[in-house]
Amino acid sequence: MTLPLDTRRLLAGPALDGTPERYAAHIARLGVLPLVGGRADLIGSLEASGLLGRGGAGFAVGRKWRALASRDGKDSAVVVANGAEGEPASHKDRTLMAHRPHLVIDGALLAAEAIGASEIVFYVGREHVAAVAAMKAAMAERKPELGKRAKIVLAPLGYVAGEATAVVNYINTGKGKPMTVPPRVSQRGVGKKPTLVQNVESLAYAALIARYGDAWYRMAGRLGSKGTALITLSGAVRDAGVWEIELGTTLGEVAEEAGAREDRTAAVLMGGYFGTWTTARDAWTMPLDPAAMKASGLAFGCGLLWLLPASACGVHATAQIIEYLADASAAQCGPCLFGLRALADATVRLAAGQPASGDLQLIERLIPQTAGRGACHHPDGAVGFMASALNVFGEDFEHHARTGRCSVTGTSGGVR
Amino acid sequence: MDQKLRIDWILCDGYSLCSPEAPEVIDLDEWGYPIIRPGVIAEHELKDVKRAVGACPMSALSLVPQDFDKRS
Ligand SMILES: Cc1cc2nc3c(=O)[nH]c(=O)nc-3n(C[C@H](O)[C@H](O)[C@H](O)COP(=O)(O)O)c2cc1C
Ligand code: SF4
Ligand code: SF4
Repeated sequence: MTLPLDTRRLLAGPALDGTPERYAAHIARLGVLPLVGGRADLIGSLEASGLLGRGGAGFAVGRKWRALASRDGKDSAVVVANGAEGEPASHKDRTLMAHRPHLVIDGALLAAEAIGASEIVFYVGREHVAAVAAMKAAMAERKPELGKRAKIVLAPLGYVAGEATAVVNYINTGKGKPMTVPPRVSQRGVGKKPTLVQNVESLAYAALIARYGDAWYRMAGRLGSKGTALITLSGAVRDAGVWEIELGTTLGEVAEEAGAREDRTAAVLMGGYFGTWTTARDAWTMPLDPAAMKASGLAFGCGLLWLLPASACGVHATAQIIEYLADASAAQCGPCLFGLRALADATVRLAAGQPASGDLQLIERLIPQTAGRGACHHPDGAVGFMASALNVFGEDFEHHARTGRCSVTGTSGGVR
Repeated sequence: MDQKLRIDWILCDGYSLCSPEAPEVIDLDEWGYPIIRPGVIAEHELKDVKRAVGACPMSALSLVPQDFDKRS
């Protein structure tokens, strides 16, 4: 069965016009939240659904809840709904919270019940103004259910503020920087309690699976991975924005529906700033399916698909992103701070037509040297992105290094 | 149980005092931060590695079981 390209589940209901769905409309459309006790086995159902986390790492949601639910000790736990969405080009979490805040709240309530949590924190990026307002209003509407156990915490700006240990650190201390693991947040998180940090989209899907079941969720999905997901299409595409797709839909199908063309696209950044550059040719036929993407060395990540126009230079685009990621280092770990800075400086010099001798060799050496040498995965994500840039734009990098000129635009220096 | 060297990257300040104690296991990058050879520490390297752990002024290094970060 093939579903329409824009398969609306989370985004079904009223138009996405900037106004949040109110609680009365939410329950009129979806019914009240089934409580875990009233359902056979929500955790088992989540496991059977195959739902994967949508914050980037793609960890199985059911397995995560199961591990927390079967923890040792009698400590009550904490649920954190992660709506930081620090990834600048991704819009799916802010769009979801701004329009369907009650699905996020439903998911957090279910998680709290399933794992035995007495506190819920909605952690929302402070720059996502509409999402913050919608979540606050929705929490007020749900006051009878949430009581005193829920609060909203506005995440600080920055790419790493959404990383799970940084989330916990910020809630605990007001310092939004990652911490060394172990201990994992599932062992010792908010208020030193076992903590489930779960992306808001993951929670919202859990709320639908609780209502309709795992078999319903799995009715979508063309290949190995079943279900649906939010994606953000951006860059060289007419209808940029958030889509909800059936897993296994190819990038080409969605991109063309949104007005993009393969021959006008140079490459696609798949999965986020920690993702992978892919040539337009390879990307176009790529199924947006976490398992299939993994088999091709790609990651679904946070569902960001950023199209680089054919007229633009991959070296420039890479320079802008690695510069951003180097700046985003929480500056706690030497190899992340200095390694990413050196990588960014060399890439910016190459892009600007002012390469120092050996810049390309420096980049090639720093990629493996920097991987794995930080408290969090920020450096790993950044060097993975750089490695894919060399793969896809290798000739352009060499041309920039050799001639000081851009192979796409023909200019020396300047941007685009 | 096989052991490996773990580094707390937030604590490490790049003082480079560790590497000279166990150069066969700990190299340094251009900024003075350790590059730890992957894999388990051999029996005959253990003495040097323990000295490196003791030499670190930040207590950033520790010897841990091989599967340390894989256990939840
Ligand atoms: C540098 C960095 C930034 C991250 N930012 C976010 C974020 O903004 N939102 C998010 O949900 N997860 C983010 N994550 C992933 C979280 O650490 C965590 O895996 C996720 O919130 C868990 O939810 P999930 O299993 O539903 O994906 C980030 C990870 C890293 C390494
Ligand atoms: S690896 Fe980088 S981003 Fe992560 S904690 Fe260390 S300095 Fe911060
Ligand atoms: S001695 Fe300690 S602080 Fe210095 S580089 Fe080695 S691990 Fe880092």
